[in-house]
Amino acid sequence: MKYVDEYRDRDIAERLVKRIHEACHQKITLMEVCGTHTVAIHRNGLPELLPEEITLISGPGCPVCVTPVADIDRAIALSQKDGLIIATFGDLLRVPGSHTSLLKQRSLGADVRIVYSAYDAFYLAEQNPERRVVFLGVGFETTAPTVAAVIRRVQEVGLKNFSVLSMHKVLPPALLSLVTSPQVKINGFICPGHVSTIIGTGIYKKVAADFHIPCVVAGFEPVDILQTIALLVEQIGRGEAKVEIQYRRAVSPEGNLKARSMMEEVFEVCDSNWRGFGMLPQSGLKLKADYAPCDAERRYDIPPVKSQEPPGCICGDILRGIKRPPDCSLFKKLCTPDNPVGACMVSSEGTCAAYYQFSGVKIV
Amino acid sequence: MCLGIPMQIQEINGNVATAAMSGTALKIYLDVLDEKAKVGDYVIVHAGFAIHRIDEEEAKETLKLFEDAGYLAPNQDTGDSP
Repeated sequence: MKYVDEYRDRDIAERLVKRIHEACHQKITLMEVCGTHTVAIHRNGLPELLPEEITLISGPGCPVCVTPVADIDRAIALSQKDGLIIATFGDLLRVPGSHTSLLKQRSLGADVRIVYSAYDAFYLAEQNPERRVVFLGVGFETTAPTVAAVIRRVQEVGLKNFSVLSMHKVLPPALLSLVTSPQVKINGFICPGHVSTIIGTGIYKKVAADFHIPCVVAGFEPVDILQTIALLVEQIGRGEAKVEIQYRRAVSPEGNLKARSMMEEVFEVCDSNWRGFGMLPQSGLKLKADYAPCDAERRYDIPPVKSQEPPGCICGDILRGIKRPPDCSLFKKLCTPDNPVGACMVSSEGTCAAYYQFSGVKIV
Repeated sequence: MCLGIPMQIQEINGNVATAAMSGTALKIYLDVLDEKAKVGDYVIVHAGFAIHRIDEEEAKETLKLFEDAGYLAPNQDTGDSP
């Protein structure tokens, strides 16, 4: 496969590992912000190849994981309304709410459909004019523009039975919260590839300049990630903190301006609650008043639910990089992918799921 | 957080395209793509949308860095031709 195979080359990977070992002379903690990176790192057994001085910790970049229980409860409450079809990406289905999950509600008769793209939900609404469809909008800046595009289309064609419950989040406030936290000291960021495709590198320039933390935007194949780690370790060795783009085939410094302007036309930023972080100012996206007919928040009366995090679950600390899955007393015991207690075990991009499936993978 | 797959565009019809990877073809949408795509281009696909046209030159540059560092033989084939 073009643009994939060449970044899985074993010889290059081995040489990069050697380069990392040669350049690493101190204890270094690197955070991979993005859940897709977490999975790629563990699936390919990369931690086993690195010097023991390097610790990789996972960040808040799994959208399903940072969606707080209260929002899951609200989505479940919507699924109880007569005549509604809930359309959602698959991961969200199994995330436990305070008392139940969308999957359990579906087995009890709620009409919950899995879609691959926001357009699938649009067509679902078109094909079911007598029903009302609510799409659960979850995701960061990579996903939000795609939902914005569909909302614009809905307004254009005058589709009346489609709305979005926006739980979208934007990444920069969470990054800034991490670098100002006294609880975790991060020496370098493996920055998310596809969020950066949209937002460019502006926020990382601030992190590098104001907090002296090197940032490298990384692709998702093993060679991409190893090269990123090499660049970070070398910057740290030289005492530098600058922004580099390793994933140049997909990321430019300015990002995707069209996607951003579409997102900004439909959504406005709002304060938002994150699992693990609590309320972060200006970190969420809600629909602008111009798009009120598409806003499930305005359209439906969602009854308040008294939400509670699952007892014993440390997903919140894991999402902030303070703890790792093996630190959790539930991990691999009460909490497994078949019976997840916390969101990080549910999502295919969740840190706990990645550790569960792949940790201990050795390259032979 | 945001899975994105490189796929090659096979057919374009307005804002909708067919794109393929490893023999799997998908209907994808071009609404948020910031440059005009043509048949044969590779794009990164996320949640059914092309979010970026892969820059062939930049991809070659990254591989050239490996080459310059002696990681790759200069004449190594870097993939299928589009």
